Amino acid sequence: MVAVKMEKSPSDLLTSPGVSSVLKSLKLKTKQQEFLIRVTILGLIYVLAFITRLFSVLRYESMIHEFDPYFNYRVTQYLTQKGFYEFWNWFDSESWYPLGRIIGGTLYPGLMVTAAFIFWTLRFIGFAVHIREVCVLLAPFFASNTTLVAYFFGKQLWDSGAGLVAAALIAICPGYISRSVAGSYDNEGVAIFALLLTFYLFVKAVNTGSLAWALASAFGYFYMVSAWGGYVFIINLIPLYVMVLLITGRYSMRLYVAYNCMYILGMLLAMQIRFVGFQHVQSGEHMAAMGVFFLMQVFYFLGWVKYLLNDPRKFHSFLKITVTSAVGLGAIALGVGTASGYISPWTGRFYSLLDPTYAKDNIPIIASVSEHQPTAWSSFMFDFHILLILFPAGLYFCFKRLSDATIFIVMYGLTSMYFAGVMVRLILVATPAVCLISAIAVSATTKNLTQLVRTKSKPASGGSGKGATSSKSSSKGSLDQSPPFRKNVAIALLVGAFYLLSRYAIHCTWVTSEAYSSPSIVLAARGAHGNRVIFDDYREAYFWLRQNTPQDAKVMSWWDYGYQITAMGNRTVIVDNNTWNNTHIATVGRAMSSYEDEAYEIMRSLDVDYVLVVFGGVTGYSSDDINKFLWMVRIGGGVFPVIKEPDYLVNGEYRVDKGAAPKMLNCLMYKLSYYRFGELTTEYGKPPGYDRARGVEIGNKDIKLEHLEEAFTTSNWIVRIYKVKPPNNRW
Amino acid sequence: MAALIFSLLFALPLLAKTTSSSSPDLQILHADRQIDLTSHIVRVYLTLKVENIGDDPASEVLLAFPPAQFDHLALVKAAAVGGKKKKKSYTSLEVNPTERPDVPNGTKYYAISLLKPLAKGGATTLEILYILTHTLEPFPVEISQSESQLVYYHDSAIILSPYHIKQQATLVKTPSNKVESFTRVEPSNRAGTELKYGPYEDSGPYSYSPVIVHFENNNAFAVVEELEREIEVSHWGSVQVTEHYKLAHAGAKHKGVFSRVEYQSKPTASGLSSFKHLLAVLPPRVHSAYYRDDIGNISTSRLRTSSKKSELLIEPRYPLFGGWKATFVIGYGVPLQDFLFESGVGARYLNYSFGCPLADTVVDKLTIKVVLPEGSKNPSLKVPFTVEQSVETKYSYLDVMGRTVVVLEKKNVVPDHNTPFQVRLSCPLQFQPSIYACRTTDASFCIFPFLHHLHRVPSHRSLNTEVKHLTL
Repeated sequence: MVAVKMEKSPSDLLTSPGVSSVLKSLKLKTKQQEFLIRVTILGLIYVLAFITRLFSVLRYESMIHEFDPYFNYRVTQYLTQKGFYEFWNWFDSESWYPLGRIIGGTLYPGLMVTAAFIFWTLRFIGFAVHIREVCVLLAPFFASNTTLVAYFFGKQLWDSGAGLVAAALIAICPGYISRSVAGSYDNEGVAIFALLLTFYLFVKAVNTGSLAWALASAFGYFYMVSAWGGYVFIINLIPLYVMVLLITGRYSMRLYVAYNCMYILGMLLAMQIRFVGFQHVQSGEHMAAMGVFFLMQVFYFLGWVKYLLNDPRKFHSFLKITVTSAVGLGAIALGVGTASGYISPWTGRFYSLLDPTYAKDNIPIIASVSEHQPTAWSSFMFDFHILLILFPAGLYFCFKRLSDATIFIVMYGLTSMYFAGVMVRLILVATPAVCLISAIAVSATTKNLTQLVRTKSKPASGGSGKGATSSKSSSKGSLDQSPPFRKNVAIALLVGAFYLLSRYAIHCTWVTSEAYSSPSIVLAARGAHGNRVIFDDYREAYFWLRQNTPQDAKVMSWWDYGYQITAMGNRTVIVDNNTWNNTHIATVGRAMSSYEDEAYEIMRSLDVDYVLVVFGGVTGYSSDDINKFLWMVRIGGGVFPVIKEPDYLVNGEYRVDKGAAPKMLNCLMYKLSYYRFGELTTEYGKPPGYDRARGVEIGNKDIKLEHLEEAFTTSNWIVRIYKVKPPNNRW
Repeated sequence: MAALIFSLLFALPLLAKTTSSSSPDLQILHADRQIDLTSHIVRVYLTLKVENIGDDPASEVLLAFPPAQFDHLALVKAAAVGGKKKKKSYTSLEVNPTERPDVPNGTKYYAISLLKPLAKGGATTLEILYILTHTLEPFPVEISQSESQLVYYHDSAIILSPYHIKQQATLVKTPSNKVESFTRVEPSNRAGTELKYGPYEDSGPYSYSPVIVHFENNNAFAVVEELEREIEVSHWGSVQVTEHYKLAHAGAKHKGVFSRVEYQSKPTASGLSSFKHLLAVLPPRVHSAYYRDDIGNISTSRLRTSSKKSELLIEPRYPLFGGWKATFVIGYGVPLQDFLFESGVGARYLNYSFGCPLADTVVDKLTIKVVLPEGSKNPSLKVPFTVEQSVETKYSYLDVMGRTVVVLEKKNVVPDHNTPFQVRLSCPLQFQPSIYACRTTDASFCIFPFLHHLHRVPSHRSLNTEVKHLTL
């Protein structure tokens, strides 16, 4: 049903002439008709963007997905219950035991504040909603808003037609949907909106030279900084863009006003976010923006001097001196700043963006995250589909009609595409650019083609169809006079274009429904009789922890589950998904990969009461701890050299069956995962202890635990919780 | 222990003066007691044949309880038996706790008011039911997964009574024939699941003979520590009920490991005292039922509806072992016309069932909140037993002046309390809030029909550790 609705949006563009004839009877002027159609289409796209993200709510329930959103949800609950000051000053002792975490100073509060604000507003109006519903539906709501921004951005870049197509494309683009389905309550949901809004407002400011738009873009930037760490992309892309404009001789007063206002105000505003603080003046990642800011001043100053001197020869020598001294001063300032430690060097994450191999060699914790993997080609196809082909076409059109705005979108598109290739998760950042550029391609092509069709049949009506006549159409118009069957070709091409677009809509719906709408907390599979089987083991375990363990119990698990344990289990964890302390994570990794008695020492020193492991051997759930185990070894070994990766491998192979390495068969993770698993027959015709996730019979069936005891195992064995026994009495 | 001391005190010859100035002389000709220990709620059925041997007509009969038992009494009901053997008729009588001066050892009383005073020499038969909760004491206090649960039951072989009892007998029913031990007070014998004390002849007033029965009871000791039921009346055609449960297993505490292997492979020898299902009996025509907790929907529930009743079989997220707890919420809507009736002009009354819909469950503290439509005034209440009541205001969707909420509180509630109660309200209809439709958003997010099967495509897009697939 949704698929039909999705196809509507591109086809609305198609049927608009038919609608217009109906509207003619209402005696509206052409412009009014066009406006009405545009608003209607935009409204439909707005609704579509929202409802296509509701698959998970319909299939499962209104719940928070994945890992990080659980932290955001917990923080939002705290904010709505205790108020803003308490939230800002919150020291969370439930995570990173025994270190704790200063929540207020280590997060981007934009998302939570937005949700809380919407919640309070709704409450004020008299809607007794639950904060969970607000959080779940926040991302779809912002996705809808993003379509509006995309429309205006497209309009700014090209024309309103391109804007509409851009809005329609971004509404259902899987690259964006993957992070904005209902329940995906994460920073990105809000941040993509803020990112696109900032860019749009900045381009608008550059186009108009208006201080008001520049101011607006500074506020957009502020919102972006408050919402997501990806703001670094803005603060580097915009200076780069300005640099390109300067180099290509497109410097103008408009640019000067727009950039200076945006940079200075944006910087001052961004400093209000505690997590960002003075980074804009102290961090290497933000120095490009500052450099360009000074460069702009030099440019302006030179212009003024040129005007004063009025003599090219004098000016030339002056130029030499100023430029060398300015560059020299800048370089010295940067060098001194860096050497004295005032300016921090680039962070590892930034390096790993520029050099994809960096993280793999130096920071295993970054390399271990599945979202930080280099993108596979299939992912591009999966997330962009035909946009991948339309993108170069759109670039072509942009180059054809170069302007300040199109240069911006080209730069945005190219840089973000590069980053998308470096890390899977950055496909998200590239999505708006890809959609906008593709929209230009679609819009320009279809417009040209329809004009061809129309001029042939009704030479009188000409290009009155939609808005401005481009230079392209006039050249095409002159061309189509020669071959007689050009009209047929144009119609065929149009049909082909719409076929492609409808395939895109179908693909998007399919991807959304199949791949991006599962909450990952609840797992679903098909049973033997074709019925749906639900594995709700995570929540079973977390709720057990919440109800049946002491209030102050400390739970050790791999960091992936930290946020979920604190949010759903309401218990203190040793490490969580905010991977700020590598040593602490490495300690947990070391405990998991040591023998039981060594691990017991580590766990005693961390006051651990319970150990939680995720195990998929019974159900065949492959993202369990055994499959993640090599990363624990690697991260643990990165800090504690006693842990050596080769000890766990046999001839470079990672295995859990009889041929596994002896250290592997006796380490804590292995023992906890497979404790008493050897007694269980998982599959008919297989020996007991057959691991379905890895398809082997386990190598160590006789596991004895000395310092731990099984406290709880969920019904499908996915989560296993062990209690750490108190030390034996010495006497 | 308290019971033991108490009984020692009573072991003294207890021919204290029973004739206080006000109470007339009664004696019990024949007493027959059945103690049903098959569940964790103890039901005692008592049949008394009372005769007035004094001069004054007697209008009430006293029931005596030791103080330890009195605290656990959930309900006392009495009925007068009339008619012949074949055609017995029962008339329920009023029972109220009373105080008496100069009572031995803090004995507590309930007084049964007879329909008409018993004249001199007259006799009448009374059927009495009283229900005790939290009286089965697990021993051993902690058991492991493979052990079955043993409990103590303390009582007296001779019925405690302020009257002389000519002849009496007690029958104790245990859930299985595994009885570890029981105190012998001759004549007493055991056959199968039945344990018989008596018949005893001529026991004086306040005679007491403590007995302990130690037996196996693997029934679900399901105790709802707190239950809050919110009954929201909407004149738009629905009564929305939301019930917040704090459930606990009040039996012997679970000790040591919980082994899933054993629990799954040996269902008859492992976790015998644990339970994983509960049955909630809901009114017929229930719609949009949901079952969830703080962290989301619980998918293990089945709703069966018929024209007489609806049954919601719920399974907590995990089996409950001794001492384990679970909290959850059950919610459902029922049609308004089944529960709201008109009485006179502008006045209506809501007729709804008191008590907990879960079968065989004790509720330690029950709070019922009846949320009346906005603008309704002067609510009045009719409950068949004593409850604490108060009134508060609640703001829900688009409320301007808030809704009147009648709050009823009662401790120690058993399934026998599931009798209807009435709230009368006068409701000016012009004050109807206009957007009741919003209400549905709340419910519709909680449980959704599962549309179709989801075939998952791995997306590898979550922000957690990457999974290395084994290559073997």
